[in-house]
Amino acid sequence: MFLNQFLLLAAVLFCIGVYGVISRRNGVMVLMSIELILNSVNINLVAFSAMTGAVSGQVFALFVIAVAAAEVGVGLAIVLAIFRNYRSVDLDDVDLMKG
Amino acid sequence: MLAPVLAASSGFTSPHVDWHALAPEIILVGTIVVALLIDLFTEDHNKGLVSSVVGLGMLASFIPLITLGLDNHERVMFGGAYVVDDFALVLKGLFLVAGYLTVLLSTNTIAEGDYHEGEYYLLLLSSVLGMTFMASARDLISIFVALEMLSIPAYLLASWRKRTQTGIEAGMKYYLMGVFATAVMLYGMSLIFGGTGSTLLTDVGAAVNGSFGQEPVAVLGIVFVIVGFAFKVSAVPFHNWAPDTYEGAPTPVTAFLSVASKTAGFVAILQLVFLGFFNRSDTIRPFMFVLAVLTMTVGNVIALRQTNVVRLFAYSSVAQAGFILAPLAVISSNHPDRAADILSSIVLYLIVYTIMNLGAFAVIITVSRRTQSGEITSWAGLFTYAPGLAVAMGAFLFGLGGIPPAAGWFAKFQLFNAVVGAGTPSAYALGVIMAANSVISLAYYLGLMRTMFMDDPVDGDVTPVKIPVPLRAAVVLTGVATILLGVLPFLVSDIADGATFVTAYLPGK
Repeated sequence: MFLNQFLLLAAVLFCIGVYGVISRRNGVMVLMSIELILNSVNINLVAFSAMTGAVSGQVFALFVIAVAAAEVGVGLAIVLAIFRNYRSVDLDDVDLMKG
Repeated sequence: MLAPVLAASSGFTSPHVDWHALAPEIILVGTIVVALLIDLFTEDHNKGLVSSVVGLGMLASFIPLITLGLDNHERVMFGGAYVVDDFALVLKGLFLVAGYLTVLLSTNTIAEGDYHEGEYYLLLLSSVLGMTFMASARDLISIFVALEMLSIPAYLLASWRKRTQTGIEAGMKYYLMGVFATAVMLYGMSLIFGGTGSTLLTDVGAAVNGSFGQEPVAVLGIVFVIVGFAFKVSAVPFHNWAPDTYEGAPTPVTAFLSVASKTAGFVAILQLVFLGFFNRSDTIRPFMFVLAVLTMTVGNVIALRQTNVVRLFAYSSVAQAGFILAPLAVISSNHPDRAADILSSIVLYLIVYTIMNLGAFAVIITVSRRTQSGEITSWAGLFTYAPGLAVAMGAFLFGLGGIPPAAGWFAKFQLFNAVVGAGTPSAYALGVIMAANSVISLAYYLGLMRTMFMDDPVDGDVTPVKIPVPLRAAVVLTGVATILLGVLPFLVSDIADGATFVTAYLPGK
């Protein structure tokens, strides 16, 4: 098995995800970019786990999937509340306090 | 239910569960269930009951903490993934104190606003539960699960004022930054798992000591994981969310985030650095040096320009995080004997900072109930109409600035001790930068003091401040503790000295 291919795929996904988080201004698209990063983590974990035979990597991936679902649930609720207040999900608009 | 079935299959042994060691968490989980049921079956005007039950639950889970402390031996569960040692006990106690004080701070604000009281305390308690897990987590998976358990309720608490634009903006910024940081941290963890073949911190530590530590990918993994937690403790340059979130969230939530959530981030960093990555201290040292210097300097300089008291404390808490990170910039695997000093100085500062900062927020909440404003100018002449509050706030400000006799001086002294004790040129440089920053921080702490004591009240209005009982209790408890720990620092420094990990974990011991 060629571990490199999996790692390369994960690294590319990670980079696309980070790029999406930084450049996208639509709240839902940012959430999807974060999902991409989490999935690259899962690919890494499962590939390493298959290579070394350590099961804890697959367990870790299951935990990541389960927790990510809860996280996105909260995230979509927040985006929905933003839409109610601002009538848009453009994150550039959501900057009243100018941190 | 499932355990007998699994046990019947070959190769499965039921894990040993130490119920005594898990008792604090079990009491908290029980309290969550009870509070949920009470919330379900009470009328709207009786929801205050939930806050009492949640507060009592936190106090009740202190009892097993004390019995575990008296019992005095380490309990290792689930193959080392969950450890109850002195470090875990001390920090669990700290999280429970912070949680209880937050309940006291919240009671009136949440009851008077149009907020969902029952759910508020449930989420607060869930977050505290995640923090107590974090104190015991000694495995990448359990650290991740504990982090999410304390963060997800905190995202919701930060966006509690969801019908106002600033309220939801606070939640959104905290959520996006937090989730992004978690994702980056997970990528780092996946690389570390790949290199070490294990998620247990002890195994990671052994592998980092061996051949994996020499691989370039180890550096990448370590840096990604630490960056993930640097967001949590709002270290510069990962602090952008903090001021807006602190301003937009309800003030009791701000107090909770600036203290408990930050401490949880530090606990994770301490566990990872001391148990997992200690032998790559050559990577961690420069990274932490830059992080600590940037964090305290940027935090302090921006704090000087603030006119809103909550934003002032937001930047002050950023700066304090820099001080707490500083001793990590002098760890060295060549001098493992200094590791215990560094660890105990950080734990001591976390304890003292929690008490002082929560006390300061208790005063802020009380005063802003009267003035309905967060501006520093509205604090003018506080001493003339509320001398008690002004004196208490003075004690907290002295403590945060590190002036005796309030508690902060000894803790800050220990931080300096740990840093300068390393004796390297970079350690001396860091000591000088810390000293300069202490002086800068005094400028805005004492500036607020001057406004309270010297200036005339706004519009000559000297009607006394009404202090509700829970807030009064919080101010008195933290105020007495601040003075007492300043005069008799050994009361808490002994605890912090004892808060070491299982000593076998520290390399070289």
